[in-house]
Amino acid sequence: MIKALGYFLEIIKGGLITVRHFVTNMWFHTLKVLGLKAKRRGAVTIQYPEEKKELAARHRSLHRLLRREDGKPRCVSCLLCVTVCPSECISVEAAEDPDSEIQKVPAKFIIDLSRCCFCGFCVEACPEDAIRMDTGKIEVAEYRRADLIYDLDKLLK
Amino acid sequence: MDIVIAVIKIILALVWFLVLTLYLTWLERKESAVIQDRIGANRANIWKFRFLGLFQPFADAIKMIFKEDFVPAFANKFLHTLAPFLSFFFVAITICAVPFGDTLRLGGRTISLQVLDLNAGLLFILAMLSLGIYGIILSGWASRNRFTLLGGIRGAAQLISYEVALGLSLIGIIMVFPSLSLQSIVRFQGENILGFIPKWGVLLQPLGFVVFFFAALAETKRVPFDMPEGESEIIGFFTEYGGLKWGLFMMTDFMEIIIVSALLTTLFFGGWQVPWLAADGFHWPWGGGRALPHGVVVLLQLLAFNIKIVFFCWLQILIRWTYPRFRYDQVMDLGWKVLIPLSLLNIVGTGIVMGFLK
Repeated sequence: MIKALGYFLEIIKGGLITVRHFVTNMWFHTLKVLGLKAKRRGAVTIQYPEEKKELAARHRSLHRLLRREDGKPRCVSCLLCVTVCPSECISVEAAEDPDSEIQKVPAKFIIDLSRCCFCGFCVEACPEDAIRMDTGKIEVAEYRRADLIYDLDKLLK
Repeated sequence: MDIVIAVIKIILALVWFLVLTLYLTWLERKESAVIQDRIGANRANIWKFRFLGLFQPFADAIKMIFKEDFVPAFANKFLHTLAPFLSFFFVAITICAVPFGDTLRLGGRTISLQVLDLNAGLLFILAMLSLGIYGIILSGWASRNRFTLLGGIRGAAQLISYEVALGLSLIGIIMVFPSLSLQSIVRFQGENILGFIPKWGVLLQPLGFVVFFFAALAETKRVPFDMPEGESEIIGFFTEYGGLKWGLFMMTDFMEIIIVSALLTTLFFGGWQVPWLAADGFHWPWGGGRALPHGVVVLLQLLAFNIKIVFFCWLQILIRWTYPRFRYDQVMDLGWKVLIPLSLLNIVGTGIVMGFLK
């Protein structure tokens, strides 16, 4: 009997926890609706399209290719990123460069974002610091797959 | 003229019932969200006008109406279609016995604010709520799917184990307020104990209230007593349903919540009674009073009834979002070994106290 009463007490205590959450959250919601200053918000939700969460400094977002001071891409077509890419989504075609210091430049640099897993290995492998994933763009969605294939011009933007 | 009044009453009661059901889905989403520190559905809008997601129930309803009405090839088509309508009908009809308020005097007529003043209204509601199980058993059987059949049979087993306690727990109330008509039970609760405490059923029958509350929670077939559905193990009796037919089952659930709230308020919390409010105005227990016109009194009564109902709907949703579900055998244990002995104890205790007070 005493055990049963103990269970009953615990059931009520459990109910009081949700009541407490309900009452405090409703209190902060009401304060917000009335336009008063509140200690915190009524919900932890971030209302995504209107309100965006700040990305972490090391967040891996959409790729970009960097340029030299004269505007040419830094990439020297060493194919290290192509080799390291686990989803095999990068394809690079090299071309000759008249500058003997550089020798090779990419004629084509294509990342198929529909396959990319955003692991960031290409950034780590790059010896020239030519590719980075710091654009902060995380909404890479398209209606057609062809639009997800990013070429040199799109990546250099 | 009487027929016109009756039709108007039926339409108003049904509209009240269905609109409250629709907005109970909204309340359920919002309340669970607030409990869990979320916001809840707030995107449905008309011309970018969102207003707390209040249009969400209509969006859901439109979606359900336009979904494909699919009947599996292996199902018994007639019974498969009949089952949700049975379920819905038996709950929807219970509204006719619920007293919304006292009588309304309008143009020399006295209109009872109740669709039908049955002299056995309480038994009528209980009977109709029990008949609702036919929808569940039929849907489980007619779908010809093992899991739906399990759900239907579980529903039947659960019904047997709590329905006895549900009926027995109300015998105490019938002893205290000697009537089976809900309207007169509410009228009895207008009196005061010792001159100032409202004579509500919960004060006279606390144990009966607890037993009835648990049994009524089981009646609604939602978590913590969702044996027929059992979302985490069998999907339940409505596995093979979709679109509007599934929607009927869902609405049945919510309508049962409202009916249970209506029963709780009517039997234990004074129905449409406002403390110290009589037909001519307030009579304060410390002497004096405040006379009110007839219309205001009726409005106050309707308002009190609605507030009490919404409170109990809120409480039931809170319980649904707080507690984990019972195991199958635990529900049986609770019904047969705890609730029925307690309700029998309540009957004996009530009898002894009434004998001494005579």
